[in-house]
Amino acid sequence: MWYASSPAAPAMLACEYVANQKNKHGGRSMKKSVYTMCGMCTVRCPIRVESEGNRVTWMEGNQHLLGGALCARGAAGIALREDTQRPQHPLIRDGERGEGKWRKASWEEALDYVAGKLKEIKSTYGGESIVISSRGGPWQGMYKTLCHALGSPNYTNHDNTCGRNTHHASLSINGVGRKGLQYDYKNARHLVLFGRNLFTSLLIAEDRGVIEMLNRGGRLTYVDVRFTKTASKASRFMLVRPGTDYGLALAMIHQIIKDNAYDAEFVDRYVTGFNELCSFVEQYSPAWAAQECGVEEQSIIDFVREINEDRPRVIFHPGWNLSRYNDSFYASRALHILNALMGSIEHEGGLFFPKGPGDCGVKGIKTLDCPKPDIPRADGCGTEYPYFEKGPGLAHLLFEAMKTGKPYPIKAWIATRHDPFTCMPDPAKQKEYFANCDLLVSIDAHYSEFGWYSDVILPESMFLERDNHIVVQKGLKPRLALRRRPVDPKFDTKPNWYIFRELAVRLGVGEYFPYETIEELWQWQLEPTGFKIEDFDEKGFIELSSKPVWFDRDKLEGKFKTPSGKIEIISEMLTKAGLDSLKPYESPAAPKQGKFRLVYGRCAVHTHSHTQNNPLLSEMVPENNIWINSAKAAELGIKNGDYVHVQGANGYGGTIQAFVTDYIHPEAVFMRHGFGREVPLQTRAYRRGLSDQRLMSGLLDVWDRSGGAISLCEAQVTVRPANGSDA
Amino acid sequence: MSKYYITQNIKNCIGCRACEAHCKSKNDAGEGAYFCKIMTVGPREINGRPAMDFVYMSCFHCEKPWCVEACPTGAMQRRDTDGIVFVNQDLCVGCKACMTACPWCVPQWNPRTGKVAKCDLCMDRLDQGLKPACVTKCVTGCLQLTTPSQASEARRQEVAEQMLRP
Repeated sequence: MWYASSPAAPAMLACEYVANQKNKHGGRSMKKSVYTMCGMCTVRCPIRVESEGNRVTWMEGNQHLLGGALCARGAAGIALREDTQRPQHPLIRDGERGEGKWRKASWEEALDYVAGKLKEIKSTYGGESIVISSRGGPWQGMYKTLCHALGSPNYTNHDNTCGRNTHHASLSINGVGRKGLQYDYKNARHLVLFGRNLFTSLLIAEDRGVIEMLNRGGRLTYVDVRFTKTASKASRFMLVRPGTDYGLALAMIHQIIKDNAYDAEFVDRYVTGFNELCSFVEQYSPAWAAQECGVEEQSIIDFVREINEDRPRVIFHPGWNLSRYNDSFYASRALHILNALMGSIEHEGGLFFPKGPGDCGVKGIKTLDCPKPDIPRADGCGTEYPYFEKGPGLAHLLFEAMKTGKPYPIKAWIATRHDPFTCMPDPAKQKEYFANCDLLVSIDAHYSEFGWYSDVILPESMFLERDNHIVVQKGLKPRLALRRRPVDPKFDTKPNWYIFRELAVRLGVGEYFPYETIEELWQWQLEPTGFKIEDFDEKGFIELSSKPVWFDRDKLEGKFKTPSGKIEIISEMLTKAGLDSLKPYESPAAPKQGKFRLVYGRCAVHTHSHTQNNPLLSEMVPENNIWINSAKAAELGIKNGDYVHVQGANGYGGTIQAFVTDYIHPEAVFMRHGFGREVPLQTRAYRRGLSDQRLMSGLLDVWDRSGGAISLCEAQVTVRPANGSDA
Repeated sequence: MSKYYITQNIKNCIGCRACEAHCKSKNDAGEGAYFCKIMTVGPREINGRPAMDFVYMSCFHCEKPWCVEACPTGAMQRRDTDGIVFVNQDLCVGCKACMTACPWCVPQWNPRTGKVAKCDLCMDRLDQGLKPACVTKCVTGCLQLTTPSQASEARRQEVAEQMLRP
């Protein structure tokens, strides 16, 4: 071959070397190749980055794991690095909240200011009045450590509008959380997705695995209210009535039991409550589901015949951002039950417990830690709601404490890589709550809407410019991974390991951050493992097992951390809390005349709400549109491409283009999340498109009492052709 | 066409537009300019079922390029060694004759420079034994850099195996 076709990476070490190349001035150029982790979304794909001087010249997926693959967001990492429309130095508010008047501050001044305010608040109201929030991820230990060290139990994250329902569902059935089980897609024979639009909300490794499965003749059954990219690859697409997923899942269980299409031996051995399940699903037949969900009866019957052929290599994805409907918790429970019936746990092509260092006979890394203070959380998780895991709790339930001062006041909120005003509905309502706080701080690499509203912005360096501490990545082949920066910060920004340590030191709790430099932190972390930092050079990660680690399927006793040690269809924990395990299905009301249920989702070119202003990505997808069913559009006099006015219950509304299609359920309209931004400095994204979360008025109070998450698809909007007087 | 050939396995394309983004990130194509582009076909109905596909389009690097013939300055040229067609920016006067001449309107207009540029198969990478950016970083690996004879062989093999699949 005349071109390099080897899938292995060129043997470059993550150190500087002088390339034998002349640059345009005839001199030698200083080129580097560094393995790190992408930060354009929370998948954090492993990447290799080439740089010259302090400029990034090339990014690609880590060949060892992804064969070079990198998505459109990854491609825009360089554009983000060069973008001037991000915080370039610490900012302290110089006018009213949200006015956009800032004064530049040095790091010394800004950190002193924040620490000073926190000290005041702590002495007046107690450490528990301080909230630290993040958007999850593997570095939460650092944020929790500071939170606990300040005397607050109130660390929280974005999961209340993400995976909390699925997490609580998994805990109640399997005894492990949402991340306590993972999926062996590439070896599966049948993947079932309820709304998990994985070819749009893409996770590169997962997508490649599913494509491989499909190429091998595997099946994909996809359920959604509209025809998405994932639907286009499905061997069976079920267009479902919005809000009826739970009913469809129950009908599948009904038919599976009827056809004996389940692993009776596995159920007998590891599952309790099966008889109760049989009685419960008796009424939920495929014929019933056809009426209720709009899915053909024969399709459900044929589907069950297929999975009977394909099991145990069948995966029912139990939902990720399953914060959609008021019964999403129970929908997720039904999906978890379906997995249990397949007997697919710890089987190739099924589900597995992600393994860690201990499972490979390797000692783990040291992690930053501070025990949680023995004070009840302000959001009631673990106390008022004993069945809600205390972990990050539920962010929206902190608002009540902010307003009433009960159980105690909340006076400070530090959001790191977290934007409550786009993560949660109804920012206008949130601002009423946040008015009770004396201090609002945003630690972020971009101007979040919350950041724009806050008192201090501490700018984090973007991912190419920063190191992060080492993390464990659990899986079939667990590994250690980290970020090592290919380039230095372009502006006066800092990495989060520095920011958190500096705050801790000023607040007298520096002992929980036992390092001065990142190299010291890495060394401290690696000390028990026997590895050295140089061991990351060869591949960008340290593999803890060369072969996939599977548990013995015959010896799964003790792996399910439920009270009984088995998979509990009737959950002891839920029963104790006075909640149903098998809740009777309730049919959702159709939207009122002239209204539509607002359904939101993603775009493969953007990440949630923080890439809309990226110079490259904003050019590729500058705004969102609204999908509307053709028959409904015709009734309203709307043609494809027309501009329409969309309005929520609180009066917020605006004009965007309509995409008229047969392939969305008539009760729903669909918009991509993250647009309609309100930060004027982000000129490319400012007020382009419409904000779905602002249309979700009232939804802060519409949350699943069993699962905890906000029900983000329970808002209704009106849609009409735009006229001359619309903005 | 040039001795190279980019093929796309349409079945495996998820329309994620990574190829477009990588191409734009590497080449300063200009606003609205895409040297390669994913064309979405659908959703439309096929045999009573909805369908949607994503088709990759870049440059065919024709053996007898219309664009090279049309170019009045010699800016649009063809590399003899491998047939890659590219634009010398110093010679381009922005007359758009190449865009008009090309049956697929492959050359792209850069509003900032007032000139045209196009896919050059990342010849700087090819010359180092590497593959074009789009092929290297395609998320599902549906893009391949190959040669016409290898592509034909691979496709025939695939079809033969499909025909005999039980």
